Amino acid sequence: MKREDLVDFVYDEAHTLDQMEWETWLALFAEDGRYWMPLEWQQEDPILQPSLMYEDRLLLTVRVERLAGERTFSQKPKSRCHHLLERPRVISMGEDDGVYKVRTSFLYTETRGDLLDRYSGWIGHELVEIDGALKIRLKRIDLINFDAPFSNIQLFI
Amino acid sequence: MDRYRGNPQAIADLIKGYAVHRDVYVDPEIFELEMEQLFPNSWVYIGHESQLKNTGDFITSKIGNQPILASRHRDGQIYVLHNRCPHKGVKISSEPCGNTGKFFRCPYHAWSFKTDGSLLAIPLKKGYEGTGFDADQASKGLPRIRNVRIYRGLIFVRLADEGLSFEDYFGDSLSTIDNMADRSPQGELEIISQPIRYMHSCNWKMLVDNQTDTCHPMVAHESSAGTAVNVWERAKAANPDMDPPMAVQLYAPFMSPYEFYEGAGIRVWPNGHGHSGVSGSIHQDYEDVDGYLQMMVEAYGEKRAHEILGDVRHNTIYFPNIMVKGPVAILRHFIPLGVNKTLVESWVFKLKGAPDKLYERGLMYNRFINAPTSIVGHDDLEMYERAQEGLQSDGNKWVNLHRLWDENEPEEATDIVNGTSERQMRNQFYAWKKFMIQNMDTKAGTAG
Repeated sequence: MKREDLVDFVYDEAHTLDQMEWETWLALFAEDGRYWMPLEWQQEDPILQPSLMYEDRLLLTVRVERLAGERTFSQKPKSRCHHLLERPRVISMGEDDGVYKVRTSFLYTETRGDLLDRYSGWIGHELVEIDGALKIRLKRIDLINFDAPFSNIQLFI
Repeated sequence: MDRYRGNPQAIADLIKGYAVHRDVYVDPEIFELEMEQLFPNSWVYIGHESQLKNTGDFITSKIGNQPILASRHRDGQIYVLHNRCPHKGVKISSEPCGNTGKFFRCPYHAWSFKTDGSLLAIPLKKGYEGTGFDADQASKGLPRIRNVRIYRGLIFVRLADEGLSFEDYFGDSLSTIDNMADRSPQGELEIISQPIRYMHSCNWKMLVDNQTDTCHPMVAHESSAGTAVNVWERAKAANPDMDPPMAVQLYAPFMSPYEFYEGAGIRVWPNGHGHSGVSGSIHQDYEDVDGYLQMMVEAYGEKRAHEILGDVRHNTIYFPNIMVKGPVAILRHFIPLGVNKTLVESWVFKLKGAPDKLYERGLMYNRFINAPTSIVGHDDLEMYERAQEGLQSDGNKWVNLHRLWDENEPEEATDIVNGTSERQMRNQFYAWKKFMIQNMDTKAGTAG
């Protein structure tokens, strides 16, 4: 795996989300993959500290199916999203444990009807190689204002 | 021109029992009067004493639109103060919590105050000599709120000097707080983390109403809880040996049928308090946590331990603006910011001495149901905001609360009713009317 492959993975994943290809996006996660959005600064524990999200594939599948549901009233009209990413910074090439680590600064925008909400912070990817392909073991979103009161965040940063 | 200020009859006329006028949700003047009348006349929750462990610890909050401050003084007591400098009105503390050391210091002119609110020092003190300053209210420091009551660690405040005592205001409804605290083998709750905060573009009462609305979960939450059940059933079919994970245990009961909620019952108490889930609730079938029952039996004895854990009340409203969920030790605080703007803070208590798994469950429930990133929350917020917009319609100026209404329904009663009744919402509005017009000054335009 080359550094360039990790960088491409991060951009491609964001593109998948911006295109609202949720099923394709979900398939990027390893079977035991997690999506985590902490609620505290430099949070270390997703279990006994509060988080905005900490979800496994079962729960992410619920979200993806919900977005397509006929009675998903908060998605009438449907939200859209846009990721603006700084060049990802490779933190680890997995020399010791086989886990590639990448950190990316972002601006994320999500619509809700006529409203536009904007969030910024850092995305941390922990990636592993499974059958020759990179998969997400952990996607961590640290918002700069994790403790602010938000309205609905319905899609995926 | 004011329609409601100084006019208690006009306010009372908004509440018909089986219906309430839309102005209670959408009228800016009504919102102002709630800030001036309803909140000061009520006992309002501001925080938990575990947030004020050490001398100099403080928290800030609001009662209605008035900023307040609570701090732990060196005598060990908690003092609740108006959070405004007696000089020019500057807010003394702007953070939600912290430690101020030995004194508070105003950032504008460095007037300083002890942590019980009394004035400590003013720069250039000589400039006040012979001016009569000593007789002015400003010389007394941060005004102290007299009516403060700490119950099982929860701090409640009544701003108005006169009114119902704490005991008369809450009465038997305190049994829910007792049950939540008793779920700790030590009988104590603790706050060790921040709340999840969620901003709502709707009136605060829409959230309060919803806490005992048992006819919406299977409809509004079909999108979230219903999908969760479907996804789980597929996973289970593929792997029949799987036990439902904690997440599924929390989501699935939302899809219970009307009959379940009807049978679970609603209990009402005077002054607007009440709860859903009398004989059962969506919290009743959670998996046991290893070792917890044994701890409880050791702490309370066999009979009492089962009594405590068998009481699985769903949502308890403490009028006006908190909801307590005992079985998962969650407290939700509905903070009104404007007629159509409400901040919700959802806190999880740690049960002292109980296994971590219970705290994990509470935190998980909170982010699944009460977070801006929660799909269940998305369903609810959508409904509140649509209601806030829909109520602008002149097609019908009344919000209907007719379900299981009785024209002889008492406005101050303890009662247990069918769990799909709208009785608790009506109960809240009887209290709303009472505290809105209590001691109302009927001479408009007086500077108090």
